[in-house]
Order: sequence, then C-alpha cells, then structure tokens
Amino acid sequence: MTTAATSTTKVGADAAGGGLRFYGVWLIGIVVLIVLPMIFSSGGSLTSFSLIGIAIVFALSYNILLGQTGLLSFGHAVHYGLGGFAACHMMNAVVSHGWPIPLPFIPLFGGIGGLVFAMIIGWVMTKRAGTVFAMISLGIGELVASSSLILRSVFGGESGITTDRTALPKLLGWSFGPQLQVYYLIAFWLVLSAIAMYALTRTPLGRISNAVRDNPERVQFIGYDPHVVRYLAYCFAGFFAGVAGGLTAINFEIANSALLGAIQSGLVLFSTFIGGTAFFFGPILGAILVTYLQLGLTNLTTAWQLYFGIIFIGIVMYAPGGIAGLLMMHRPLIRAGTLWTVIPSYLVAIVPTIALACGVILTIETVARFSGGDAINLFGIAFNPTSPVTWIAAAVLVVGGAFVARLTWRRIAEAWDRAATVARDRGYLA
Amino acid sequence: MLELIVISTLNGVLFGMLLFLLSSGLTVIFSMMGVLNFAHASFYMLGAFFGFQLTKWIGFWPALVLAPLLVGAIGMAVERYGLRNTHKHGHVAELLLTFGLAFAIEEIVSMIWGKSPLDYRVPALLDFPAFTIFSTNYPAYKLFMLAVSVIIFVALLIVLKRTRVGLIVQAALTHPHMVGHLGHNVGRVFMAVFGVGSALAALAGVIAGPALVTQSDMAAALGPILFVVIVFGGLGSLPGAFIASLVIGLVQTFAVALDGSLASAFGPLDPAAGPSVLTDIWNVTIAQVAPIVPYMLLVIILIVRPMGLMGTRES
Amino acid sequence: MTAAIEVRAVEKRFGNVGIIRDLNLSVAKGERHAIIGPNGAGKSTTFNLISGHIAPTSGEVKLNGDLISGLQPFEINRRGLSRSFQVTNVFARMTVWENVRCAVLWATGHRYAFWKNVDSLPEVRERTAQILDDIHLTHRRDVPAGLLTYAEQRELEIGITIASGATVVMLDEPTAGMSNAETERAVALIRRLTEGKTLVIVEHDMSVVFGLADRISVLVYGHIIASGTPEEIRRDPKVKEAYLGEEAH
Repeated sequence: MTTAATSTTKVGADAAGGGLRFYGVWLIGIVVLIVLPMIFSSGGSLTSFSLIGIAIVFALSYNILLGQTGLLSFGHAVHYGLGGFAACHMMNAVVSHGWPIPLPFIPLFGGIGGLVFAMIIGWVMTKRAGTVFAMISLGIGELVASSSLILRSVFGGESGITTDRTALPKLLGWSFGPQLQVYYLIAFWLVLSAIAMYALTRTPLGRISNAVRDNPERVQFIGYDPHVVRYLAYCFAGFFAGVAGGLTAINFEIANSALLGAIQSGLVLFSTFIGGTAFFFGPILGAILVTYLQLGLTNLTTAWQLYFGIIFIGIVMYAPGGIAGLLMMHRPLIRAGTLWTVIPSYLVAIVPTIALACGVILTIETVARFSGGDAINLFGIAFNPTSPVTWIAAAVLVVGGAFVARLTWRRIAEAWDRAATVARDRGYLA
Repeated sequence: MLELIVISTLNGVLFGMLLFLLSSGLTVIFSMMGVLNFAHASFYMLGAFFGFQLTKWIGFWPALVLAPLLVGAIGMAVERYGLRNTHKHGHVAELLLTFGLAFAIEEIVSMIWGKSPLDYRVPALLDFPAFTIFSTNYPAYKLFMLAVSVIIFVALLIVLKRTRVGLIVQAALTHPHMVGHLGHNVGRVFMAVFGVGSALAALAGVIAGPALVTQSDMAAALGPILFVVIVFGGLGSLPGAFIASLVIGLVQTFAVALDGSLASAFGPLDPAAGPSVLTDIWNVTIAQVAPIVPYMLLVIILIVRPMGLMGTRES
Repeated sequence: MTAAIEVRAVEKRFGNVGIIRDLNLSVAKGERHAIIGPNGAGKSTTFNLISGHIAPTSGEVKLNGDLISGLQPFEINRRGLSRSFQVTNVFARMTVWENVRCAVLWATGHRYAFWKNVDSLPEVRERTAQILDDIHLTHRRDVPAGLLTYAEQRELEIGITIASGATVVMLDEPTAGMSNAETERAVALIRRLTEGKTLVIVEHDMSVVFGLADRISVLVYGHIIASGTPEEIRRDPKVKEAYLGEEAH
C-alpha cells in the first residue's frame, strides 16, 4: 500500500510540471525548425531538411492508422500521391484562372485531395481490421497506382503533371523560388499538422481509436461502432497524407505516379515502425532516420534498400516498440535512479555488436560489388571484394561478433531485470 | 476469334493453376498459423532464380527438384528462427516480419542477379510446338507446366484427404483455434507446413521462370494478385482459393488478349471535346486495363460479399 | 409496467445444433435477477443473445418494451443496456483511467467528437473519477490495464460496464476466479453500484447468487426450467433434480 501511495504523489507532482514541460518541448521544436537553416545553410542540407519535414508529416499521418487505430496499411501512399496531384492541379488552376490563392494555402488542397479519396474508398476498406484490412489496402494501392497510368489526362501518364510554384500570387513578397522559402513553408505546415495530429490524439475520437486498436469487440459494448471509428481515423490519415503530398508537389514542382506507388507506401511503413508507433514522437524519429539514411546511403552503396530491410526486420523481431519504445523503456529507470546499473553492460556490448554490424556490412558489400570489383571502404580501411582476405574477415566478424554479442546481450537483459525490479519496488514501474 | 478463345482459355487455366500452386500454400499457412505470409511470392521468385542458376550448373531436371527443396529449407528456417520468435508480438508483427523479408529478398536477388530479366530458357527437351491450332503453335513447355501443376494439385488432394497431416491441416482450416491443442509437435507441424508451402511456391517459380519473365521485381508484381486471390476466394478456404485462382487467371489472360476499347466498339468521341477522363476511358483498350482487373474484382467482391466467394469466417 | 428485459421464444442454432431453445425470460425494472445453470447450459450464449453479440435464429428480445433483437451491440448499448464479460475484456494498453473514460464518452454525448479536448470535459472527468473511486482503483489510475492483477481487472471490467450509466446491467460471472475475500468485496461493490438499476447476473457461486438476487432463473440445456424467488428456486423439485441436486452430491 505504501508503494501505491508514493506513486500517486509522484504522478501528481508530474502533472503540475508536465504542462510547462509539454509546451516547452513544442516550443523547442519550433525554434529548432526556425534556426536549423541558419546553421546548415548549404543547398544540400536545405533540400534534406525539406524532404525530412515532408516525411515527418507523412509518417505522423500513417501513425494515425497504425499506432493509434491499429490499422496496418500497405497503401497509404495513395492519399499522399493523390494529394500531390490535387495540389499540382490546383496550382495550375490558380495560375490559369488568376485566383488570388497564394502558395502557402496549396497543401490544404492536397489534404482535401487525400481526404476525398479516403472518404470514398474508406467505408468499404475499414469494414474489417487486421490482416484483411492490410491485404485490401495493398489491393487498393495497386488499383490506384495502375489506374493512374491509364487516366492520362488527370495523372499525366509516365511523365506526370508539372507546375510552377513561383507563378502563384506572392505572399508578403515571398515568391517561393528559393529553397529556403520552400523550407519555411514546409516547416510551417509541419508544425501545423503535427499540432493538429497531436491534438487529434487527445480528442474523444482519438481515445476511442486507441480503444478500437486494443479491443474492437469491447468497444461495441460501450456504445461505439468500431467501423465508424476506423473510417473516421482513415479519413484523418488520408487528409494529412494529402497535406504531405501537397508539400512534395510544391517542393519538386511535379507529381507523378511514383508518388502513389508501393515503394512510397513501404517507406512510410518503415519510417513509422522503425521510429516506434506507441509514442507520438516515434514516427518523427523514424522519418528523420529513414530519410537521412536514404539520402546518405544512396551515395555510398547500391544496396541501401537492403539495409532498410535488415534494420526493419531487426526492429520487428527484437524491438517492436521501435526507437521511441527503446528510449522510453529507460524512463522509469532514470526516475528510479537505477539506470547506472545497466550502462556498464551496454558499454561491454558495444564492441561485439559493432563488430557484428561491420561483418554484415562487409558481407553485403562484398556480394554487391563482387562483379564490379569496386573497393569497399569501411571506416577508412579498403577491402577488395574479390579477395579471400575480405571474405574471411567478413566471416570472422559475423560469426565471432554474433557469438560474443549474444553473450553480452544476455548480460544486458539480466542487468535490466535487476534494475526494473528495483524500479518496480520504488513504484516507478507498474 | 475461336482461335483466341481456345488459346486464351489454355493460357488462362495455366496461369490459374500457377496461381493456385501459390495461393494454396498461402491459404494453408494463413489458416493454421494466422500468418499472412507477405514473402510467399518472394519464395516463388527465389524458386525461379535458383532454378535459373541450378539449370546453368547442373541442368533443368535436377534443378526442378533441388530448387524447391532449397527454398523449402529457407522457408523452414524463416518459420523456426523468425516467425516463432515474433509470434509473441502478435499477427501484425508477423505480417510485418514477412513484409521486411520480402523487401530484403528482392534486394538480395537484384544485388546478385541484377535488375534486368534473365535469359532463363526452356529446356531443349521441351522446346518444340506440341500442337498447332489454327495458325498458332502451342509450345510443349506450357503443356508441361500444366501437367506439373495438375500433378501437384492431385497430390495435394490425396495428402489432404488420405494422410494424418492432411487431416490436421483440414481440421485447422475449419477450426483454426483448435490448432493450439495439437500438442507438443505443433511447432514441427508449423515448420513443415511453412516449408512445404514455400517449396510449392518455388516449384511454381522454377517452371514459370522460362515461360514468364524471371526478373527481380516478379515477386512484387505477383504478390498483390496473390492476396486478391485469397481474399476473393474467401480467407482460409482452399476450394475458394482454387476457384479464385482460375477466375483471375482466365479473366486476366482474356483481358490481355482483347484489344477492343469503347472507341472501337462505338466509334471515336467528338475530337472537339478535347482530352478528358472520358476520352481516357473511351480510348483505353481492354488489354491496357488488364493489370487493374484483379483489383477491380477485389473491390466488387468486398462490396457485394465481404467474406469472399467461399469464405465463412469474419476475420 | 413493462419489463426491463423480455425474452420471448428465442432460439439459437449453430448449424444443426440448437444451443438455446424456446427461451423465455422476463426481468422487471429494478430487479436483481440471477441466471444459474450447469456448465454448457447456454448462460453466456443467453447474454450474447440479449446484448446483441450474436443474433437469435428466431424469437424476440425487448428492452423496456422496444424490440432489440437483430440490432448491433452498440445500438443496444445506446438504449441503456450494458454488459460485462466472463473473460476479462479491457483495453490492455490503455491506462485504467482511459479505460473508464472511454466508457463514459458516449453516454455524456461526446460520441465521435474530434474538436474537443478530452482532458477538459468536466463532466467526463468527474464521472470517471467517481467510477474509479467506486471500484477502488483510483490509486492505480495511470497503470495500463494489461498490467493490473486479475482481481483488479475484474473490478475494472465492472467499472467499464457501469460507466455509461446504463439502467440495465448484465454481469457475466463477475467473481469467477476470485478468492473468498475478493468475492465478498466484489459482491458489496456490485450491490452498491447497481442500486436502483436492473441487474442480470450469471454466477456459479451459489452464496453470491442467493445473497444478491431477488429472482433466479435456472437454465438447463438452453431452456429455462424454473424462474422465481430464491426461496421458490430452493424448493423447486425440478431444480433440485437438474442442478442443485448435482451440487449436493
């Protein structure tokens, strides 16, 4: 009973400081978005930041389905792509009709594009949840992607629809020609969408979505139709995916059928899941990491997608909470003051784990470059993919690394159990 | 016209039987383990690539046996070391695991064999026209494919109806929640079922490889159609999967063969109207629509009969 | 006065097997009605039929005089009937507070609202706090429901069921698997929380049944063989033979 009493008081104290910290986190986020291009002002980093911003909106919209409502979609890019096309057509219409709509309003039309399609198709799709929904979403994704190549007048066939973002009416003297201005437009919509999507999680609908995720059967007995809940969640996800698509259309000044294809749908699933679906900030982390890796790795290796696949499989198997889940696991330990008992086992595990990772990288790159014969540069050491020395090194790293790493991982698990027990005794962990 | 009908029917049945080689395994795995194996089409692709490579090294006939065995072993390893560890996180995690696997397999295949189509030839023994209808030579290899699929189909039927394992599988199809009561060997049964399913998919890959295109995107192209087949037929229903395989095989084959469009049937639209969605639809040929036909069938069945053709289960 | 629940000539068949045959049951408003019967008699199926979880093959179910058979569970719930489950059926990843609050939302008229902050709805907050207090789980409010002890989950189950303020409450074996002390606590809880409401309860523990119920119906092989006050049921020879007799052996 004493532990229970202490935990109540601690929770109460948290709530008081929580409000301040809550707004603080959002404010810091906004400040970082404003300051970022002043620190990293090169064209390359501006482009990267823009892409990451769009990816975050897209991943957050995906998490309305996966994390909040428990719907696994393999076709979310449909709404993203349709949002992009809607935005492109709107921009061209604004220019040709001379409507007084400046560029910053365009993503809204992207959102409407995504929303309208979600409203049409969503009712049939969300009749069922789980595996069936997943399969249907894949089918609808293929249907839309293939149809877009047939309806050339709307989707522009293989080449897509182009537009000119600078031709729209200026707002406060901004032409949105320079990438910096586009970046700020994306950052603005990122903040707006993130706040809106966060707010959505705190509404009656948002909470009932969580209930539908956890137990759709029981929801029926507290007055709710799970089908309606899933449908509404699907519409919101479609809207924000459309906003992200609209931002992409502005960024690239083009929308083509690749935007609504299976690869985009897969990428947003990867981002969201790797980041972690159980916490609101999870998809943000995932979108940053995946986009950054995507941009960085494409220059380094032809097998970059394979690394995504491996990271994804690793997360699914060993850390289904994603990066956010891994981070948040430590919170009760930090509060209970037992984190320091775990850290040594982490430090011990680092070396063999890195060795294992290097072995895997070396193996993959050896296979990838075997026919080409390009040297592999790993931390400044050059390896020849056709030389047996490389093969042996890779094999030793993989086998030895895996063997030792497993031992150290077991040590981590043991240290964790001890630390968690202490934290539980102190009332920081249920 | 008659020629087109005969040839398309033959090709359609052939494609349908190939689809059934894949969808039967997928259905049985789904019914018993609750796992929708996203990587099923990837095992088919691995079958084709292993078949190609082994044919180069040891010839087509040994490859026909060896490639499915290899892929079956890979499938068993996936079940033993992947799915079994992921099971505690639920079916969505298992589905995601196979999704990641499908992605990784595609990358590995294109890393080793490249992204362009392989020169996977029909074995010399079967490289002759079997018969000629009207003016078309029908290749013997296609008849061989048909024969293999029919033999496997009959073998599957016998295993299902006559053996102990078959009875367990059948019981699992009708009473999925009873699978847990199989006892201590449930793990081994799962592994075997997953292995056999993967091997069948690979067999389809080995025989389809020379006739269709062997390329690193073949799994991504076929996978979604496979899901349409099992949703269309009704999840967990083998007869449903069989009918749906044939329906989709035939419909798609006929669609590809038909060159007609609304414009050719009713004459062109007034050119003064300019290009619009209507002209797109008016001028598109049935052959061009063929890729989306299975998905249109999917949407229709979902509206008309959400449980699928022969499905009895809600989820 | 119309009955709170009126079941008339209900049948339920699964394939060729009749699970429920010619079921007639009447529960007056404000009554505490227990359904007892041997295992496999169809008690849970009866609950499922009344609450809309499954539809009857034939016959009709009325709630306060309105026909409800064939309606969806959420439609029946909105008309003021709420039920619990024999196997704990909570929202595992959500906290105790969230569990109860979700059950309060529809009844307080917030429905699918996506324009209101759920944390700043005073009547929702008060009602949720009241129910947590009632089920003695206030000190566990921030714990995910999946991490509660079994007895706590059973209490939460009751909390979710009564949260909507339904006038007809159906509890399916609320004390199953509880220790004696826990059972006593749960019975006191049920008695207090269903004050002035209609209660239908399925229970195996005879001391709970005879202590709590105003009227008892005995279900055997999908058919009600007797209905009456505890005293009448105790004396009924058919009941003794079919049910209580077995217990006495």
